[in-house]
Amino acid sequence: MIRFEGVTKQFPDGTEALKKVSLTFPSHQLTAIIGPSGCGKTTLMKMVNKLEKPTQGEIYIDEKPITDLEEVELRRKIGYVIQRIGLFPHMTIKENASLVPKLLGWPKEKIASRIQELMELTGLDPDTYLERYPLELSGGQQQRVGVVRALAGDPNIILMDEPFSALDPISREQLQDELRNLQQTIQKTIVFVTHDMDEALKIADTIIVMRKGQVEQVGSPAEILGNPANDFVRNFIGVERIQRQRPFGDKNLSEFVSLFKEDGPDDIQEVSGTISVKEAFEVLEKSGQSHLAIRVGHNRRVYASERELLKAALLKEEGELV
Amino acid sequence: MNFFDTLVSRQDMIQTAFLEHIYLSFIAVAIGIAIALPTGILIARYRRFAEPIIAVTAIFQTIPSLALFGFLVPLLGIGSPTALIALIIYALLPILRNTYTGITGVDGSVIEAGRGMGMTRTQILRQIELPLALPFIMAGIRTATVLTVGIATLATFVGAGGLGDIIYRGLQSYNNSLVLAGALPVALLAIGFDLILKWIEKRTTPKGLKL
Ligand SMILES: Nc1ncnc2c1ncn2[C@@H]1O[C@H](COP(=O)(O)OP(=O)(O)OP(=O)(O)O)[C@@H](O)[C@H]1O
Ligand SMILES: [Mg+2]
Repeated sequence: MIRFEGVTKQFPDGTEALKKVSLTFPSHQLTAIIGPSGCGKTTLMKMVNKLEKPTQGEIYIDEKPITDLEEVELRRKIGYVIQRIGLFPHMTIKENASLVPKLLGWPKEKIASRIQELMELTGLDPDTYLERYPLELSGGQQQRVGVVRALAGDPNIILMDEPFSALDPISREQLQDELRNLQQTIQKTIVFVTHDMDEALKIADTIIVMRKGQVEQVGSPAEILGNPANDFVRNFIGVERIQRQRPFGDKNLSEFVSLFKEDGPDDIQEVSGTISVKEAFEVLEKSGQSHLAIRVGHNRRVYASERELLKAALLKEEGELV
Repeated sequence: MNFFDTLVSRQDMIQTAFLEHIYLSFIAVAIGIAIALPTGILIARYRRFAEPIIAVTAIFQTIPSLALFGFLVPLLGIGSPTALIALIIYALLPILRNTYTGITGVDGSVIEAGRGMGMTRTQILRQIELPLALPFIMAGIRTATVLTVGIATLATFVGAGGLGDIIYRGLQSYNNSLVLAGALPVALLAIGFDLILKWIEKRTTPKGLKL
């Protein structure tokens, strides 16, 4: 868990980038920070690995104040995907990706197998790409390598600063899905900065909305959408997106079967596919479980977590994601 | 007397002058690198010192070479050390400036990535900044070498020998062949060094940057 307590950052030129921010990033969850340009997202994130230091307040990682931690050592344990990719152009993909494990003193074979595994996980064929140089890769591939490099040392905390910002919508969607799937396996504490609401809604467990160095709202995607704290948040989400959610939240679950999963945990509450998405949200919340089983037809069961329900609520028409 | 006869009859003298010339240039560039490279690295780290230090070396550079030799003689007398010091002064600027611009020109995002990944300052310098700045540094060394080979021709005026000796003697005795016998090797030396160092420059350009 990462905890900010009354953190203020004032740059030497007087700019106050953060104003008494208190926040928690829960462990094993993906928290998205969202807000307009210049609101302090990058600054906030860089405080976690001490690339920036607070002028007031303290940051705790697992309740240890980070001022007590040695910065080089701390950074090696935190994965970092920077806003502008920043691959080392003179090193091959393999050398780029191996850097942190090497700094950590891992044995060669362990590094090699780890990189191999991560390349495959992010959809990059190791045989094709490991010996190439960054400039021989497309923008999307470079961003994937950026992610591989950040994950290589098996850090528990990963900071990602608008990692998909430079991509075309298709690669972007694809990488978002991949990240989501990856997170299901690796369960890291991820801080994800973005200024794209759709991206945040899609991948985050928790969303933090910021404005001018302050936190406006913290909540799950459903909470932020369903219950914006103030006009700023409402405008930022976009009235359109909120309205879209309402009517379609009234549609039946059975219309969205393709979004749901075929497998899920046993012993969970089952609902009929004829109830509305909105009702399903309520049932899920009351049950206190992670998933809902949905009966469709005679003997078919599909499974949905809050995420899938949210997707359903946001779907404009069958097959078309808002 | 024809040029080839001159070459043959003055072979020993030309050879000595040639070796002296290479020796002077080589030592001057070597010491120039030893001073300018670390200084360039330092001013790239402590940038507020960069401007004044580069400005001072640039002023030295603008002093006409013959005048600089002239200034040094009253201070240091006549002989190779005087010539060397003058040559070193000229070699400094290209190496210093290129080292500085090479390092400071490394993309900030790359440095930030290195810091964020937990590399120490020394690791960043050795593994990122220097390799990426190397083509610039080599270009600076090449410029310095060519410059030094040319200016070393004036070493003869402070009694430090070199191919300038031959040229000067030829001029004094109205012997065009002798002038040529000194001038030609200087030109060839400059061109030769330029080619060799250009080749090294290409070899040191990191592979990933040549794409
Ligand atoms: N080194 C610095 N010195 C002075 N001001 C700075 C510095 N770095 C950032 N700022 C200022 O702090 C504020 C927050 O910057 P930050 O980079 O955190 O914004 P951001 O939310 O990440 O924006 P973006 O979405 O454009 O990346 C901005 O007003 C910025 O100009
Ligand atoms: Mg930013």
